[in-house]
Amino acid sequence: MGHSIAKIKRISIVFLLISFVGFVNESKATESEGEFSPKDMILHHVKDAYGMHIATLNFSNRDPLHITIPLPVIIYTDSGFTIFSSSLFDHDYHGHTIVEKGGLKLVNLHEKVYVLDQGSDSLELDAEGHPLNASRPIFDLSVTRNVLMMWVSIVLLLLIFLSSARSYKKSKKFVPSGLASFVEPLILFVRDEIGRPMIGDEKYKPYMPYLLTVFFFIWINNIFGLIPILNGANLSGNISFTFTLATVTFIITTLSGNKNYWKHIFWMPGLPVPMKLFLMPIEIIGMFVKPISLMIRLFANITAGHVIILALMSLIFVFKSVAIAPISIAFSLFITVIEIIVTAIQAYIFTILSALYFGMATEEEHH
Amino acid sequence: MNITGIAAIGAGLAAIGAGIGIGKIGGSAMEAMARQPEMQAKLQTSALVFIAFVEAVALFGVVVAFLQG
Amino acid sequence: MDLITPEFGLVFWTLVTFFILLVILKKFAWKPILGAVSEREEGIKNALASAENARIEMENLQSDNERILKEARHEREVMLKEARELKNKIIDDAKEEAKRQSDKLVRQAQETILTEKKAAISDLRAEVAKVSISIAEKVIRGELSDADKQEKLVNSMLDDNSLN
Repeated sequence: MGHSIAKIKRISIVFLLISFVGFVNESKATESEGEFSPKDMILHHVKDAYGMHIATLNFSNRDPLHITIPLPVIIYTDSGFTIFSSSLFDHDYHGHTIVEKGGLKLVNLHEKVYVLDQGSDSLELDAEGHPLNASRPIFDLSVTRNVLMMWVSIVLLLLIFLSSARSYKKSKKFVPSGLASFVEPLILFVRDEIGRPMIGDEKYKPYMPYLLTVFFFIWINNIFGLIPILNGANLSGNISFTFTLATVTFIITTLSGNKNYWKHIFWMPGLPVPMKLFLMPIEIIGMFVKPISLMIRLFANITAGHVIILALMSLIFVFKSVAIAPISIAFSLFITVIEIIVTAIQAYIFTILSALYFGMATEEEHH
Repeated sequence: MNITGIAAIGAGLAAIGAGIGIGKIGGSAMEAMARQPEMQAKLQTSALVFIAFVEAVALFGVVVAFLQG
Repeated sequence: MDLITPEFGLVFWTLVTFFILLVILKKFAWKPILGAVSEREEGIKNALASAENARIEMENLQSDNERILKEARHEREVMLKEARELKNKIIDDAKEEAKRQSDKLVRQAQETILTEKKAAISDLRAEVAKVSISIAEKVIRGELSDADKQEKLVNSMLDDNSLN
């Protein structure tokens, strides 16, 4: 474990060096919208967005220049699919710019596409900022910045693991070389520290692909979230992402549950009948609480880390003073270093708890 | 004080509880490791898992704060 | 609230992407890598096991050797002992035989000596008698050839007798 952590650190330091530039850019971008609000800036950072915003350059004599990678917005409404580029919103997420496409009037309100009702020409908001004359499309399958970063991450994962798998094929004696010698300890770590002890020597094998995939998928996206030059693809800090993975873990647990597992949930053996009746609802709730806690743990850990770093960075702009910058940077450096460890730990925790639940589901009865 | 402030206080209280819990786990794990250095790897693993469980409590508090915010 | 509501779009894309990733990695990465690793581990295990077997065999061989050596030594000792016994027996037998023979010889010699002695004695006696008779004859003849001497003899004899 120490070995792999040293390697994680080495990689993470590279990411760390390029990290702060992006945060500062983000902060400036939000500041240019008038009064600087740390809460808005942070929320927009941790939430998903239709375009991939890289940086905003401020000039004294003209409008700020936004550098953004446009991404496709794909929505499904009553009149079928509508696809257009996010650049049509023109960096607006306050619902001012109206995009007319396929007979629909679309606005971007806080990075959510709304379809204006028939006959209305501009978005009206109620006191709490909710739209009055617009509704969400039936499906919003847009390739948002999180989706884009997810694809980048899987391309990277595929490159790393397929090339290391190929290097095993090449070397006849199955000796790891190159990239494989870096990933093999990690794979063995997942197998020997997570899969085997949690599920058991006889049954761990079918679960290994899932555990390995989920571990590296979460880890790499956690790391991507810490690279602000990519402007915080906060994918693993997004509830949709953790919800999906936790649901997959829940489905696998439920499907692989054996007789013993269900007996422990519905009719706890070895207890008097009143206790059994008392425990049954608790166990049934527990069955669902487990994946929910998985979901919330990953989401809240990663999001909280981002919020803290961004809040510390916002201090500079809240106090409007360069003097605060060293303190602010020192603190966020400290938090970022912790977050680098958290990227690995949270991936590990998610995987080990998934393995633990699989182990509970497949545990044989023993007396 | 509005509801957000109260939510923040709630999140803080949850953090206190989790802090005590994690501190206890860390302290006991250290003690156990000092007593049995050969068990270090196993103790570290289970300490991390238990910390994750305790931490989840604090995070539920944070999520409740998000709900209000 | 917005922050903790799953979005359908992202859930959909995560699910699709994750399953594509899972399927591709399972087939083309985890299977070969884990296979190679377990094959290597198996190889190491087998090598260790065969080394252990060789060691046990070696030990068996050694113990066999030792056993054989011990047996041989024991056999040699037995043989030596037997030989020694045989030798002793032969010597004893020979001694016995010799003794018996010598006894026999001695006895025979004694018997012979005894017989010879008896024969010699009887021969001697006969010879002595013959010689005595012939001497006596000669003496008598010489004595009786002279009357004086005869008379003297008779007188002496008579004297002897009458004196008694």
